[in-house]
Amino acid sequence: MSRRSGPPLPWLVPAVTVGGLLPAAVLLLDATTGTLGANPVQRALHQTGLLALTLLILSLTCTPLRLLFRWTWPARIRKALGLLAFGYAALHFLIYLFDHAFAPGVVLADVLERPFITVGLTALLLLVPLAWTSGRDDVRRLGFARWQRLHRLVYVAVSLAALHYWWGVKQDRTAPLVAALVVAALFAVRLVWRKRSAARRRVGSASRLSGD
Amino acid sequence: MTILPPDRDPPPQPDPSRREFLRRAALFTGTAVALGGGLTLLTRRPGAVDGATGEEVIWRPGGPPGPYDTAEAVTPYRQATTYNNFYEFGLGKDDPARLGGSLRTRPWTVQIDGEVRRPQTVDVDTLQSWFPLEDRVYRMRCVEGWSMVMPWLGFPLGALLRRMEPTGQARYVQFTSLHDPEQFPGQRSGVLAWPYVEGLRLDEALHPLTLMAVGLQGRVLLPQNGAPLRLVVPWKYGFKSIKSVVRITLTREQPRTTWSEAAPNEYGFFANVNPAVDHPRWSQATERRIGEGGRRPTLPFNGYAEEVAQLYGGMDLGKFY
Repeated sequence: MSRRSGPPLPWLVPAVTVGGLLPAAVLLLDATTGTLGANPVQRALHQTGLLALTLLILSLTCTPLRLLFRWTWPARIRKALGLLAFGYAALHFLIYLFDHAFAPGVVLADVLERPFITVGLTALLLLVPLAWTSGRDDVRRLGFARWQRLHRLVYVAVSLAALHYWWGVKQDRTAPLVAALVVAALFAVRLVWRKRSAARRRVGSASRLSGD
Repeated sequence: MTILPPDRDPPPQPDPSRREFLRRAALFTGTAVALGGGLTLLTRRPGAVDGATGEEVIWRPGGPPGPYDTAEAVTPYRQATTYNNFYEFGLGKDDPARLGGSLRTRPWTVQIDGEVRRPQTVDVDTLQSWFPLEDRVYRMRCVEGWSMVMPWLGFPLGALLRRMEPTGQARYVQFTSLHDPEQFPGQRSGVLAWPYVEGLRLDEALHPLTLMAVGLQGRVLLPQNGAPLRLVVPWKYGFKSIKSVVRITLTREQPRTTWSEAAPNEYGFFANVNPAVDHPRWSQATERRIGEGGRRPTLPFNGYAEEVAQLYGGMDLGKFY
């Protein structure tokens, strides 16, 4: 039997891309059939915001899955998830601008006066350089270390996005709390792993020294 | 005898590349649908497809406009009955229409007590028979930044209070909603301190604009709109207009009100519609009229400044929001 050539799971990235765009198609369908309810702009705003945060969180689960279970496939969809998150965040912002009739004065006042808006916009802006440098060539061009340092901005972005969600709901904070806890758990896995591998390195060098 | 020639082709097999293609297509579709479906389930909140069609018609609008009627386009009944904040039924805007059926609006009694000479508990049908019903087409502005135009049916609260004869000590009016988690599923969660309590200063309560509503657009009020009896104070944010009232108490002290206790920095006791005083998270300068695409400027006192501004002479409305 001849083995398949080319990368493993060739269907994975296209499937994630198409699947990630499905909610946008459903949203569009809802909008055209009037199923968004009496306040469609607000509904679309909420749905795109939640999609952006969910996809951002999904993109951040890829590394913990590799660390915990040694799965390698999540790393291959991380970029697609991140770009989809950025796309929904940008759409979320566009709907917000539309809601405010694209009036720069009103939006500027909102951004300057209300931390809720400031934080949300900052999260989006932090994602811009990451989306911009998401090509394979960019890693090479920047060098892996610099690229990686830049892309750690995503930790700030997801924290701000979760805070934005927390401030955005009126009374029931269950959903934002779940989001914040998931983000915290993903951070915790990374931290524990870094500590453990640092400890292992120390032990390794210590034993080398004693062996001498 | 036939002997297989050595160079003969192997027996035909299903094309492996074809099988592989199908396998990949299935995996592709499965993954795409699973991810897309999961995301959609997590984030989609579809609006009500069809709302209540309405109850018995108790009044036919179309008479001469009342003294305070707005001529602005009335919000379609379907939207006015499917897009509601009524946390007693749930936090979603469509929860009240979906779950409203659990509320039994008859029999229903209202207790009127406190600083009145004639305290009593009265059946809601008796109570509404005391007064001629009036048509009042009011703007309604929600603190969340949206608005509607609602053709209420009701009677002035002032008429009811005068009938109860407030004592000289009465300075405020406290309203209480029904507290019954059996009928109000939202009350099974602790998002707010139940029962819902609201309050007005006595002069606000006696103002001719202040209405006790029993109907909407010619029909008996539906549960999602506050059946069977609700308050309507059109110059204040919607949350002041308490729904499904079971008790009206005249008091000497300013009552504690549910929202001003839950989040005092966001919801004050007065809650007068004021484009100059922002909510901490959004500007109140504009609003989205339900059914319209853009935003329109919010009017001071929701457009009723001429009638009510003098009630607040000398008050700093930035402080007493």
